[in-house]
Amino acid sequence: MGRVALTRVTKRFGEVTAVSDITLEVEDQEFLVLLGPSGCGKSTVLRLIAGLESPTDGSIEIGDRVVNGVEPKERDVAMVFQSYALYPQMTARRNIEFPLKNQRTPKLERARRVEEVAETLELTEVLDRRPAQMSGGQRQRVALARAIVRRPEAFLMDEPLSNLDAKLRTQTRTELIELQRRLATTVVYVTHDQVEGMTMGHRVAVMENGVIQQVGAPTEIYDHPANLFVAGFIGNPPMNVLTGLPTSEDGRLAIETPGGGIPLTAPQQDAVRRSGATQVAVGVRPEHIRLDEDGPLRASVAVIEALGYENHVVCRLEDGQQVIVRLRAEVAAPREGDKVHLGAEPRRLHLFDATTGARIGT
Amino acid sequence: MSVTAPPEHLDAHGRAESPPERPPARARSRAARSPRRRRTLEVLLAYGLLLPSLLVFAVFVFYPLVRQIYLSFFLTPPFPGEPKHYAGLSQIQQVLTSHDFLNSLWVTVLFVLYTVPAGLVLGLLLAVLAHQQLRGIRFFRTVFSSTVATSVAVASVIFFTLLNPQIGLFSYWFGRTGQLSVLDDPRLALLAVSVVTVWQNLGLAFIVMSAGLQAVPDDLLEASRVDGAGPWTRLRHVILPMLSPTLFFAIVVGSILSLEAFGQIDILTSGGPLQHTNVLVYAIYDQVFNQNNQGRAAVMTVALFLITLVFTLIQIRLLERRVTYER
Ligand SMILES: Nc1ncnc2c1ncn2[C@@H]1O[C@H](COP(=O)(O)OP(=O)(O)OP(=O)(O)O)[C@@H](O)[C@H]1O
Ligand SMILES: [Mg+2]
Repeated sequence: MGRVALTRVTKRFGEVTAVSDITLEVEDQEFLVLLGPSGCGKSTVLRLIAGLESPTDGSIEIGDRVVNGVEPKERDVAMVFQSYALYPQMTARRNIEFPLKNQRTPKLERARRVEEVAETLELTEVLDRRPAQMSGGQRQRVALARAIVRRPEAFLMDEPLSNLDAKLRTQTRTELIELQRRLATTVVYVTHDQVEGMTMGHRVAVMENGVIQQVGAPTEIYDHPANLFVAGFIGNPPMNVLTGLPTSEDGRLAIETPGGGIPLTAPQQDAVRRSGATQVAVGVRPEHIRLDEDGPLRASVAVIEALGYENHVVCRLEDGQQVIVRLRAEVAAPREGDKVHLGAEPRRLHLFDATTGARIGT
Repeated sequence: MSVTAPPEHLDAHGRAESPPERPPARARSRAARSPRRRRTLEVLLAYGLLLPSLLVFAVFVFYPLVRQIYLSFFLTPPFPGEPKHYAGLSQIQQVLTSHDFLNSLWVTVLFVLYTVPAGLVLGLLLAVLAHQQLRGIRFFRTVFSSTVATSVAVASVIFFTLLNPQIGLFSYWFGRTGQLSVLDDPRLALLAVSVVTVWQNLGLAFIVMSAGLQAVPDDLLEASRVDGAGPWTRLRHVILPMLSPTLFFAIVVGSILSLEAFGQIDILTSGGPLQHTNVLVYAIYDQVFNQNNQGRAAVMTVALFLITLVFTLIQIRLLERRVTYER
């Protein structure tokens, strides 16, 4: 059973709180991505699970046992490091069989399993080379092979793709997903790359400042970000966020922003009233904004970024704030300098309390 | 060629269009001449700057060296003012095959064997211990490296007292109070001197090994922990291979230091008992200052020089292509 569970785990390094009161359960055979900006404590969570750090507070379970205080080698997890951490003087073969040797696996069995893994990862040719004689992609796969060969309860991966070039990264990403589905093992995968987060994980845990902001399936996180941080962190180009005061007119609540008043649906109005927020941040994904004669926001087109398959229309509101509109390439784009009106379907709006960042309504 | 066609880069009026990648001909030739002259100047400047240190080396190193080699061909009588006699190779042969010289050579080899591996292992051990992330480890790091702040003379005097057969703490511990001093015991004297030497060099060994350990990437150590390696496997298969350049360095430098050891022997045993600690350096000293035989001393000096030279050459080779592993 490759379940991994953290309960109210805190890790402090002296004054610095790297991980703060985290509760997280990774199910057996699940691919969970820890996603967050640099320094938010992702690696620390992984190292806590691996046993390379011990928690200041809270408990960590792997399988059915609490592993606080258990040595890394007794935890039956394998780790892939960002730097790959291959032993430089050993050939790929000896690198891969190193964990097996430590487990005192018999020699024949060892050789068989190394060959098997090498074949899976297409490493057969480089088995007798040392890391210095391999390409970055090959090294990465050797690091992976060294983890797989043990058949551990769970894999821990710390940005394993970040040292590869863009093309190889995309390719390896797909291969990793396939591999995880085939081996059906638990993976905890750390990255700051949201594309990896969205594409690889069954679930994504978004972290900031040592705190898990939201855990959920990628679509859930994209469609229902729990707070302003998640809303802004996930999505490229990022979600447009306009902040304004909730203002009542004829009993109808709208958010008065520098570009104009944004009308809300009745349930949204209720939610805003109930939340008691004094300042409301309205978020709209770029693909949900329309160029609309009757739209409530007045803006002018600053730049058009043509990507071929779509256009990003960067508009500026009167106060200079930027709003990005994503248009499919087939749709006629305005010209730079044009005055436009912007609108969006009300159900596409994400409302947040601008002071606390918390989501308002569903 | 009698008729010169206008060069390609001149237009119909003979004006240079001068394409940017090709500078005008005159500028090019000047540019070709001046680097050569500049080089000559640079070389002269380099030698000029080297001159002071060359002079110092010449006076204090090269001249004595040549003088020693020259002296080794002469029989030098023990009384000042008497003429030297040219003896050719006969003195060299006589010294190199003499019992005293061979004994000193053997003692020197033993001394290196007693001091270098032990110092290496102890230094490594302390460095590994001090590399742990433990509370108060800084204190131990300071203690472990503290012997670099002592001199050979201080170390020798400390141990001389500790080994004193009447009042020495060590003599008391080992139950030898009132008996023959360890330093006068032909079986133990060299070992005792070696222990002092190892102790005195331990701080340096510790620092060198610590520096080597710092260079072992943390994630390799962590990877090996996750991969199930115990402390011994980790030392054997992860740390030592990464440390091999440091180890080679320590072996070579340690050997040279031991070949040159003098102070502890002079203070503790003066080469005795019965020549059992009479290493080459001490034997040379003895020849010059006690026996007044500069010729014999010169032969032994040149021999020691050649032995040290071998180690130095090895060291230079190692520094040139350090045994490192790319990651
Ligand atoms: N050994 C340590 N001692 C002190 N502070 C530490 C230590 N390890 C991590 N930290 C701090 O804890 C915080 C979280 O670090 P962590 O390495 O987990 O971040 P991360 O999310 O993995 O970042 P990155 O994406 O840059 O790798 C950082 O502020 C870091 O400075
Ligand atoms: Mg990290």
